[in-house]
Amino acid sequence: MELIPESYHISPLGDSAILVDFGNKIEENINKEVLARTSQLKESLPDVKEVVSAYSSLAIYYDVVKWKKNLPKESVVFDRLKETIEQLLSQPLRVEAQEARQMKIPVCYEPEFAPDIHDLASANNITSEEVVSLHLSKTYRVYMLGFLPGFCYLGQVDEKIGMPRKTQPHPVAPGSVGIAGKQTGIYPLPSPGGWRIIGRTPLKLFDSCADQPALLRAGDNVQFFAITRNDFNDIQNSPILPEGT
Amino acid sequence: MNLRIIKAGVLDTVQDMGRYGWQHLGINPGGAMDKLSAKVANILAGNDGCEAVIELHFPASSFFFEQPALIALSGADFSATVNGDEVPMLHPIMVSKYSILQFHKIVSGARAYLAINGGLDIPGWLNSYSTHLKAGAGGYKGRPLQNDDEISLKIHNDLCKVLGKKEFIILPWKADTAWDHNGTEDLYLLAGNEFNRLSDESKELFIRQSYTITAQSDRMGYQIKGEPLFTDPNEEVVSSGVNFGTIQLLPGGQLTVLMADHQTTGGYPRLAHVISAHHYKLAQRKPGDTIRFRFVTMSTAEELLIKQHQHLLQLNNACTFRLQQFMNEHS
Repeated sequence: MELIPESYHISPLGDSAILVDFGNKIEENINKEVLARTSQLKESLPDVKEVVSAYSSLAIYYDVVKWKKNLPKESVVFDRLKETIEQLLSQPLRVEAQEARQMKIPVCYEPEFAPDIHDLASANNITSEEVVSLHLSKTYRVYMLGFLPGFCYLGQVDEKIGMPRKTQPHPVAPGSVGIAGKQTGIYPLPSPGGWRIIGRTPLKLFDSCADQPALLRAGDNVQFFAITRNDFNDIQNSPILPEGT
Repeated sequence: MNLRIIKAGVLDTVQDMGRYGWQHLGINPGGAMDKLSAKVANILAGNDGCEAVIELHFPASSFFFEQPALIALSGADFSATVNGDEVPMLHPIMVSKYSILQFHKIVSGARAYLAINGGLDIPGWLNSYSTHLKAGAGGYKGRPLQNDDEISLKIHNDLCKVLGKKEFIILPWKADTAWDHNGTEDLYLLAGNEFNRLSDESKELFIRQSYTITAQSDRMGYQIKGEPLFTDPNEEVVSSGVNFGTIQLLPGGQLTVLMADHQTTGGYPRLAHVISAHHYKLAQRKPGDTIRFRFVTMSTAEELLIKQHQHLLQLNNACTFRLQQFMNEHS
């Protein structure tokens, strides 16, 4: 796959980070470019603490003191870094046609785990059963992680089950699967949250003891499948992760 | 031979310079709120600046030393005593076995740092000792310190010869705090990505007015109160990167300043960023305090950060020399 540099905008994110924005949009092609450029910049830029991808932008956190050491006294680190990034982004990027991981996530949609499914159904003039089947009808892309450790933003849901988030956050149980706008996501940890909760997965999305603490990563494909309350109990304490790949 | 918590404080956690390299999994860097003070305490205690320290909020924990230790306090002044006798901030202090370190009132600031020579013997998590409260990992058992916690210290100093029968010794050198005084209390800012979305009136108001730090302020962020600001037009921001010091515009026109435990990404307009060199000032402000902002250039922001770095290098050289000299004379 050959990536053609999209138009982008570079701006400071304070004096220790820099933002490369590819368009303030949720689009799969832009997100693919963002992920590929994130890897490129991670490998090529010196004295960088980390490069973090989001939906349509990436942030580079850098070490100002180390950069300054290698520059003439009057020069500004940001300017030099910006030039270096522009030069790297001008190179066409050949990305290995890497298969996205296919991850299967079990979800129990039964009422005790789906406090907001009725509201979401009636707001869209459909039944709760239709909400479930529409939620199951698509494979979703993990666009990014953020908000909480291991929280992934998946997109995009059928517009018939879209709904804005709540105005006031409510306590949400770990494993809860929610919808906000056209995004769907899974709460890895207990937290206040505004997403409309329609089910719960028994899988541990985040495990601080694991070498890879988050189950999902940006670029994964996620397919939900429905399970019963009994399946939920059986899986909940099982340490085995889905083999989806 | 440990450091024991005999009375837990309201929110005392182990912190260091934070964990970078995991934000792509939603794990924010965290770390000390006032990293400058954490470094100063470490340097005074004879440590590498980035060693793990204990960040204290008031009311702060009381500590019992089961072994002699070389310690230092920096950041907020919580009126510390060792065995009931007042001890100063910003000095290295040798405390004898069975000493009790306590804190009595807020004299100034919001967060104090306790550094102990050799550091804390605790397991790291993802290359950092910082406590990640949301993940319940890192630091001491992933949580704030509680009564009867026992933290092992990495080295067992034999300070008996130096201390003799004294309960503690205040070493006769002090970290300078006047190096950064430039006659202004303003917090310096760089413009944020969405600053230009503010209406002209709001842009002007943003800089002109002062803000009060509200009670909804913690390690994640400070809510600051002023006249509301408005964007024009009101366009959505797709979730995107943020940083320590990022000032976000909330729906309703109020502002929040992101602090050490901020989320990795945000969807609110980023109006500005408090420069890194002023994070320590921000971290020492508390609810009820007022703050004012002033825009500076990137060049100024970088210069001030380099100046801070050089100050720490000088402090480190001086403290290393003085401590060596002192130990040679007394052993």
